[in-house]
Amino acid sequence: MDSMSKRYAVNKFFTYIVLIVMAVIMLVPFVWMILTALKTNQEAISVNPFYILPHNGWHWSNFATVWKSYNFITLYKNTILFILFRVICACLTATMAGYAFGRLEFPGKKLMFSLVLIQMMIPSQIFIIPQYLMVSKLHLLNTTAGLVFPGLVTAFGTYLLKTSYQGLPKDLEEAAAIDGCNIGQTFLFIMLPLTRSAMISLGIFTALFAFKDLMWPMIVCSSAETTSLSAGLAKMQGQYGNDYPAMMASAVLAIVPMIVIYIIFQKQFVEGIATSGGKL
Amino acid sequence: MGKKKMTPSQKRQAIWGWLFITPTMLGLIILNFYPAVNTVYQAFCKTGDFGKGNVFVGFKNFQSVLTSGETWQSLWNTVKYAIIEVPLGIVIALVLAVLLQKKLAGKTIFRTLFFLPMVCAPAAVAMVWKWLYNQQFGLLNNLLNTDIAWISDPDIAWISVGIIGVWSIIGYNMVLFIAGLQEIPKDYYEAAEIDGASGLNQFFNITVPLLSPTTFFIVQTRIIGALTVFDLMFMVMDKTNLALNKTQSIVYLFYTYAFTNSNRGYGAAIVVVLVVFIMIVTFILQKLEKKLVFYN
Repeated sequence: MDSMSKRYAVNKFFTYIVLIVMAVIMLVPFVWMILTALKTNQEAISVNPFYILPHNGWHWSNFATVWKSYNFITLYKNTILFILFRVICACLTATMAGYAFGRLEFPGKKLMFSLVLIQMMIPSQIFIIPQYLMVSKLHLLNTTAGLVFPGLVTAFGTYLLKTSYQGLPKDLEEAAAIDGCNIGQTFLFIMLPLTRSAMISLGIFTALFAFKDLMWPMIVCSSAETTSLSAGLAKMQGQYGNDYPAMMASAVLAIVPMIVIYIIFQKQFVEGIATSGGKL
Repeated sequence: MGKKKMTPSQKRQAIWGWLFITPTMLGLIILNFYPAVNTVYQAFCKTGDFGKGNVFVGFKNFQSVLTSGETWQSLWNTVKYAIIEVPLGIVIALVLAVLLQKKLAGKTIFRTLFFLPMVCAPAAVAMVWKWLYNQQFGLLNNLLNTDIAWISDPDIAWISVGIIGVWSIIGYNMVLFIAGLQEIPKDYYEAAEIDGASGLNQFFNITVPLLSPTTFFIVQTRIIGALTVFDLMFMVMDKTNLALNKTQSIVYLFYTYAFTNSNRGYGAAIVVVLVVFIMIVTFILQKLEKKLVFYN
């Protein structure tokens, strides 16, 4: 073996060592969550001896128990509706505004777009108290509409779609005009389908953001029947924090659907995050 | 507005343009700009009791917020959290991204795995880590044969929470770095290879400068993200935790006052202080960008 290929082999060896060590660090919390979820509470809090694996059989029934006692069906339903409406609203309003900012000329455009940019720079915590008071005045506390409320429009999505529309070839509108399309038709049938990947990015970003958000659902949906998975977990921990297998089983149930979706649509997830680069 | 008459085409564009931006602009004004102004106004008010309106009290809230040790302690806690999360999260992610550029078997599996925490609810992640950190029954103490109060010792808890932050964010930073690395032309490396530059040499002389726009973007978003951390803190640090004072972030403090204690005026003042703080940090970062970032 000459020195070059030897150096290459050593290099590769160390690369794998680093990657594997990191992979183990990333995996340990997940593995421990699942193992704990399959134990009895007695096993989970046994120290001497300390059990890594479940000792008296694997208690898959823990999942069924928390499924029923914490009403996961409702939590899933709330979260799905929450995500669905947020994604629809964000995509709908942002694609329209993005098209106007990216392809049309109209008076006041610069000023309006600077408002979009300013919104993106302001930390969102400053909006929360008045948003909560509005939801409360509209009698939307503990409703899906209340959950969706701050996400009806999106400055970040508008910016993302604007960039996408700007990148499309110049002569598209002219060709459409020759075919007799008005601006609305040009947008709907010609331009909009071409920004598909940006829309998917925005959709994934919006869905993840809604799924992960904790403070807003806790504030507007304090009851267990109306809240989202994240806020539901916070509630469970507050009430039954010492039943460790139940807590871990709940955590597994809360994250598994999104993990499955992520593994199926991996490419879109990674590209969506990389291209949008939004703040999560 | 000019008095010049618009051509029919300009007129059409103006109508459609405004039609298309109206939902978004109305939304931004009602949901964001009005609330921002209203929060500032509330910061000058004493929150009225049930049904009664707010009472204007001038700078009183700011006075109490800025003279309270709790506020400064929380700000300092937040900065400490950022000092752990931002550099560690970025350096580890950069190393992983560079390693994953090589031709390796199982590359996609590693990438999928490192990104996994990004698709998990922080609430769930924090629950698991809290359980790992459990002093009596936790995996860490039992595996390492230690008796460390990971999250209730005030001297340690901020580091423990920071580690959760790093673990959660590595994959996100890594994906952005991978995208940035792919933009660097391959010929730079080929030329360096011919000149006999070592891998480390190439990393510091080609990768680091050419990647600096990506790095800067990540640094900026992560600093702001870390300064507004809430979920992890809230889930890991109970109200009864002895280390709470020395660990809670400024947004946690805001949440406690504005929503747990319903003292909205005081909460609003905290959030205004936070925003001013973030504005200053952003301003400094913008100045640094011109000096440190290399744009082709």
